[in-house]
Amino acid sequence: MTELLDQIIARYHETEGNIITLLQDTQESFGYIPKEAVHYFAEQLNLPPSRLYGIATFYAQFRLTPVGKNRVTACCGTACHVRGAERILSSIRRELGLRGSEDTTSDGEITLEQVNCVGACSIAPVVIINNKVLPKSSPDRIVKELRALKKDEHADE
Amino acid sequence: MQMNSAIVRVCMGPAGIAGGGKEVLAAFADVLAQRQEQAVLEEGCSAHQVGCLGLCARDVLVEVHRNGSKTVYQYIKPDMVPRIVDEHVVGNVPVREWLVDDVYETFYRKQKKIVLADCGRIDPEDIDAYCAVEGYEAAREAVTSLKPDEIIEEITMSGLRGRGGAGFPTGLKWELGRKSRGGVKYIVCNADEGDPGAFMDRAVIEGNPHSVIEGMIIAAYAVGASQGYVYIRAEYPLAVERLTHALVQARERGFLGSRIFNADFDFDIKVKLGAGAFVCGEETALIASIEGQRGMPRPKPPFPVSKGLWQRPTIINNVETLATVPAIIRRGCAWYASYGTEKSTGTKVFALTGKIRNPGLIEVPMGITLREIIEEIGGGIENDKPLKAVQTGGPSGGSIPAAMLDLSVDYESLAQAGSIMGSGGMIVLDSDDCMVNMAKYFVQFTQAESCGKCVPCRVGTKRLLEILERIVGGHGRTGDIERLETLGRGVKAMSLCGLGQTAPNPVLSSIRHFRDEFEIHIRDKKCPAKVCKALLTYSVNKERCKACGLCLKACPAEAVTGAKKTPHEIDPAKCVHCGACFEVCKFGAVDRE
Ligand SMILES: Cc1cc2nc3c(=O)[nH]c(=O)nc-3n(C[C@H](O)[C@H](O)[C@H](O)COP(=O)(O)O)c2cc1C
Ligand code: FES
Repeated sequence: MTELLDQIIARYHETEGNIITLLQDTQESFGYIPKEAVHYFAEQLNLPPSRLYGIATFYAQFRLTPVGKNRVTACCGTACHVRGAERILSSIRRELGLRGSEDTTSDGEITLEQVNCVGACSIAPVVIINNKVLPKSSPDRIVKELRALKKDEHADE
Repeated sequence: MQMNSAIVRVCMGPAGIAGGGKEVLAAFADVLAQRQEQAVLEEGCSAHQVGCLGLCARDVLVEVHRNGSKTVYQYIKPDMVPRIVDEHVVGNVPVREWLVDDVYETFYRKQKKIVLADCGRIDPEDIDAYCAVEGYEAAREAVTSLKPDEIIEEITMSGLRGRGGAGFPTGLKWELGRKSRGGVKYIVCNADEGDPGAFMDRAVIEGNPHSVIEGMIIAAYAVGASQGYVYIRAEYPLAVERLTHALVQARERGFLGSRIFNADFDFDIKVKLGAGAFVCGEETALIASIEGQRGMPRPKPPFPVSKGLWQRPTIINNVETLATVPAIIRRGCAWYASYGTEKSTGTKVFALTGKIRNPGLIEVPMGITLREIIEEIGGGIENDKPLKAVQTGGPSGGSIPAAMLDLSVDYESLAQAGSIMGSGGMIVLDSDDCMVNMAKYFVQFTQAESCGKCVPCRVGTKRLLEILERIVGGHGRTGDIERLETLGRGVKAMSLCGLGQTAPNPVLSSIRHFRDEFEIHIRDKKCPAKVCKALLTYSVNKERCKACGLCLKACPAEAVTGAKKTPHEIDPAKCVHCGACFEVCKFGAVDRE
């Protein structure tokens, strides 16, 4: 891990010393921003960790917990909202058993992301499961897709 | 390419792909190979992997160009491909019954495409394709034969106003930028596109990135900037990729770098990725973000034109604004100003979505009426339900009621009606939409996106949201409407930046036009549109109930009782109004009132 982090720091020095880019780089490499990375950067760059956390928590793009193997992206943009995105979202959460602010299933298999407008408003509401765009989705259909996803997972094991 | 070979273009926008675009494209490749037919196969609309400029509702759309004429097919499935190849590509006779109908015509008739003119027509990854449609000619002319003041004059006379939302006159902004002193100057293209229901800027960058670059070159030359930045959302990977690619090509051609067009003018552009914060669309927050800090706005003045990025003069323009510039330089300010109204000239791109029959990305001359957009371009309301309102300006805007459908779409008229032009989101609402819920949706958004720096916005939006939540939750109190109004006006007046200053707009405009809906929610604890779950009562229709037990399982409150073969029942005393039973029932046996 250290090696990778050092590379990221090297790139940081090459660019204008931008912490956002540094964190974007980190997330690209790990899928999230590991705590260890933050503290390593803080030490190497002689910055308080709060500077880094301040930025990591300000921007929605950054996540501080690992992502699941599968990604379910639910569009909550306006066009999807008026076509029932809320109902779809609640049924996904129910199906995955997510509580409170959790976004990843306890087995680390599936992460649910909420985004604003994926640019396919004409086929709203939109849900994307691992890059597969599901147009005009309904709670029913999504639950079916999720169950199929879980089945595949078990078949893989 | 042979002159007489056919071109087949398959829509590959997200809607196209979801509709089976890839399969259709593969089928064409197969069948063409089998027939040993020469044809050029293209991914049409791949230019904008957004709801493609055409009518995504009719995907998969396939265009066949043969002998210089274009034919468009709609709803194409792979098994229809052999017939199109045999009869049309080989036989030169189009398959009539699969052609697009009149709707396709009406969708385009009232539109005027300036910014989107080449989107979807030229390959966005090929600079030669852009040059072939006079691309970079305007920049060349500007840099080699026009004086900066002449360019600014031209832009001023064209009447072009910022398309990012506020509508500030672009010529004036450039003039202020030109006069500003302070060493290095920067041009920033704002491609943050924060409105949660819109994708115009993304479509422009994905469909024609060179037009934005060319606009930036002209702007830079006019104001005397040497460095440009495009601040673009990281959530738009394809746009980022296309833009980066286009920058490399432009640099290779000498359109960027030092001594551009062999003139004494150096300029280059860097791409900065936004990290998902709506407030970063605000100029001073955007600047902080490019500098690598938390995107928090600061008070203005000083305005960015005098003290911006790294304390240097910085001119910030929206994507669409910049993409319009080359066309104005090429064809003249009078030509541009001939479209639109006196104070709002030219065209505007909208993402027309919601309960509309033909959703899509449209570009219309300013001054067109909402009715023309909704009824003619949009084809009317889906399922022939009554129109309720048109929402423009997203979380900073408001709703215009159906009664005002003849309103002209220009900056002044929209503002008078209590909404704003905004960046181009246009969401059509019908009788199934609840205005209180919509107001809550937008405030929820702005509250979450408030950066927290100033109290009126941080606390005020939270209080607004709480009141709205209690209204939709069935706990509205008398006086809540007035509380929303007073608080809303306060937040508008006292917030530090545009986010807070506009956040109450969706609430205030909904109250202005739909006060009775708020009253029914508060007084009668009912939601006329049947959207607010907590205000609905659920019951099982005994005749339709098949006693399948789904609702019983779904109910988190054990409010449903019943056994096999006996219709189920809901105990209103235990019901928590979550709506789970309604959603899971496959037989439509759960009624809500
Ligand atoms: C909260 C907030 C969000 C904004 N988001 C955007 C945006 O996403 N894109 C944009 O171009 N302008 C946005 N603006 C407007 C910009 O601050 C700025 O006015 C604009 O980019 C100037 O360019 P223009 O004059 O070409 O419109 C936003 C403003 C505020 C207050
Ligand atoms: S709002 Fe969901 S795709 Fe645009």
